[in-house]
Amino acid sequence: MPIRTVMKANEAAAWAAKLAKPKVIAAFPITPSTLVPEKISEFVANGELDAEFIKVESEHSAISACVGASAAGVRTFTATASQGLALMHEILFIAAGMRLPIVIAVGNRALSAPINIWNDWQDTISERDTGWLQFYAENNQEALDLILIAYKVAEDERVLLPAMVGFDAFILTHTVEPVEIPDQELVDEFLGEYEPKHAYLDPKRPITQGTLAFPAHYMEARYKVWEANENARKVIDEVFAEFEKKFGRKYQKIEEYRTDDAEIIFVTMGSLAGTVKEYVDHLREKGIKVGAAKMTVYRPFPIEEVRELAKKAKVLALLEKNVTFSVGGALFQDFSRTLVNEKEKPVIVDFILGLGGRDVTFKDLDEALAIAQKALNGEEFDEVNWIGLRKEIL
Amino acid sequence: MAVRKPPVTTREYWAPGHAACAGCGCATALRLATKAFSEAMEEKYGDPDAFAIAQATGCMEVVSAVFPYTAWKAPWVHVAFENAAAVASGVEAAWKKLGRKGKILAIGGDGGTADIGMQALSGMLERWHNVVYLMYDNEAYMNTGIQRSSSTPYGAWTTTSPPGKYSIGEDKPKKWVALIAAAHQIPYVATASIGNPFDFVRKMKKAAKVDGPAFVQVHCTCPTGWKSPLEKGVEIARLAIETGVWPLFEIENGDFHNIKIQSPGGGAKVKREGGRVVAIEFKKPIEEYLKLQGRFKHLFKQPEAIDQLREQIKAMWKVLGVEVTLPKPEE
Ligand SMILES: Cc1ncc(C[n+]2csc(CCOP(=O)(O)OP(=O)(O)O)c2C)c(N)n1
Ligand code: SF4
Repeated sequence: MPIRTVMKANEAAAWAAKLAKPKVIAAFPITPSTLVPEKISEFVANGELDAEFIKVESEHSAISACVGASAAGVRTFTATASQGLALMHEILFIAAGMRLPIVIAVGNRALSAPINIWNDWQDTISERDTGWLQFYAENNQEALDLILIAYKVAEDERVLLPAMVGFDAFILTHTVEPVEIPDQELVDEFLGEYEPKHAYLDPKRPITQGTLAFPAHYMEARYKVWEANENARKVIDEVFAEFEKKFGRKYQKIEEYRTDDAEIIFVTMGSLAGTVKEYVDHLREKGIKVGAAKMTVYRPFPIEEVRELAKKAKVLALLEKNVTFSVGGALFQDFSRTLVNEKEKPVIVDFILGLGGRDVTFKDLDEALAIAQKALNGEEFDEVNWIGLRKEIL
Repeated sequence: MAVRKPPVTTREYWAPGHAACAGCGCATALRLATKAFSEAMEEKYGDPDAFAIAQATGCMEVVSAVFPYTAWKAPWVHVAFENAAAVASGVEAAWKKLGRKGKILAIGGDGGTADIGMQALSGMLERWHNVVYLMYDNEAYMNTGIQRSSSTPYGAWTTTSPPGKYSIGEDKPKKWVALIAAAHQIPYVATASIGNPFDFVRKMKKAAKVDGPAFVQVHCTCPTGWKSPLEKGVEIARLAIETGVWPLFEIENGDFHNIKIQSPGGGAKVKREGGRVVAIEFKKPIEEYLKLQGRFKHLFKQPEAIDQLREQIKAMWKVLGVEVTLPKPEE
């Protein structure tokens, strides 16, 4: 029987790791994810999780040890955030290029400077070009589920790519919510044993991993990462369907909320999706035709689903907690690419908000709505808008 | 006719066909190291192949693993420049969980060990992974075209320590990584040299057989970076030992009071007290070592720089607890 309880997203992530039974975990503490390795140490100390936990001296070594262990053929796990993820940056490319299905739980946190421990998505967004799959959780249950899903997708032979699952700093990492812990037996059935056919360091079948590639081969290796990312789209759908069948919870790459007759659709990720759904309800009561869409999967970018979504609205209002300098936000870039050659397309307005843990309130969303409505009415509007800026201290 | 047993196994793990420069002393070191490892694994686990290698970016990596070829006949993984020790930690942990018997060999150059990889190395040693870390010390970053490292000796020319009007070449003394490793109080630390291959093989075997982490720093020549004759690698390495430039020693369990200093040969007079080497009177001047290498050529126009190097070498020996006399060449 699944256990219904309450816990923080950090605990949910640790539980997901426990259920996935990685053989090697290597982690280094960083706020807001510190509780993940702490909790896992407890599991290991109590014999509830039969894994080697390497208490590394840095995140760089955490991911390096995961790469080593994964190259040796075992399931691995780590958790980090912000500066820690940034310190892993170099090795993230390598993990993807070596096609190692490592899973990282990330408590999404802002990057320095100024140093800030609170939530935005700049850390994972900055790693969007590493080849890693990216999932974003709206709540603690999703944090748990998506980690299990991430393993299943990452280890699929059509994919074989590492994956990161983001959940918002403090808003989720430190907030207690109801969570259902699935049955170990069901998880075992769902995930199975990881048995790699491509990466193993076995003296009886010696192979060379992590080679140098000359121009004659490098591009093809990168293309294979591209191809694996493309393959992941279908695999994710299959895994979502299987997950729903086994555990009863439904996931979609893009989850829509009251979009059917919407003129403006707010698109967002992570815990902000919850706020935005509330906000949509609030506006609907006033008769304003708005809807919401949540990106659960960000890499591979759900191109088809975005195109379907775009057909439904006159304005797509992107709400994002990250910046891609000169462009706006990363979502704006991705949505623009996805829709640029469509015959009929909505207007896209970009909103940057909630950076470094700033609350996103209905008042902020009203500000965004007003700009989106200008766009809807054919009035002049700014493509990129910073919402909730304290202009008096600029 | 009686067939003599070869001094080290004829099994090969570092196969011919790698792309190292002719005369590369580091390639020799890796070949010997893997052979020694194999012997140790055979003796310890009854399986000569019971090891895997995690290697840092550097010359020995790029010359051995150019896709779609490989010079490796052992399981081998390369990840990055600075993390061989961390990668080896992961491999070792995975092997533990897989119930696989054997030992992990981590390999890094002086740059990947003494500089950018120092943190990962320290972490790996301190966490007590069952890994032998082999630092092949060619005293510069050779892979990127001969830049100085913290293991480059005083006075040496490199592309980032060029001698000039205001420069003598490298202006800092060599960093002693083996002593840093020993400070972790690990079971076994040794320095070795391709100038004494039997000693190197013995030490690698010993390192491979201990339970827990071990560190071996092997001095190996690089004809390209040292501007030295291709065929003189072993001779130059031996001269480093015989002139006092390169000390051979072992430290077990971080016991600095019980460093096993080895006799350098070359006619040096060794004074012992209670079995412990306390003084060495070298017979060959360090100039004999320096003069065979283009990287030190400019020093001969400034003999005071060579004297300075002599003082540094004395100071280094003093740390090891040995008073040395280093002769000057006869005029
Ligand atoms: C993070 C990072 N910085 C720099 C480099 C470039 N790089 C590759 S190998 C190398 C030097 C290697 O020197 P060493 O470890 O002494 O080995 P050698 O080449 O002498 O065998 C450098 C600087 C790199 N690969 N990664
Ligand atoms: S540059 Fe030096 S270390 Fe590198 S392969 Fe050539 S001889 Fe060996």
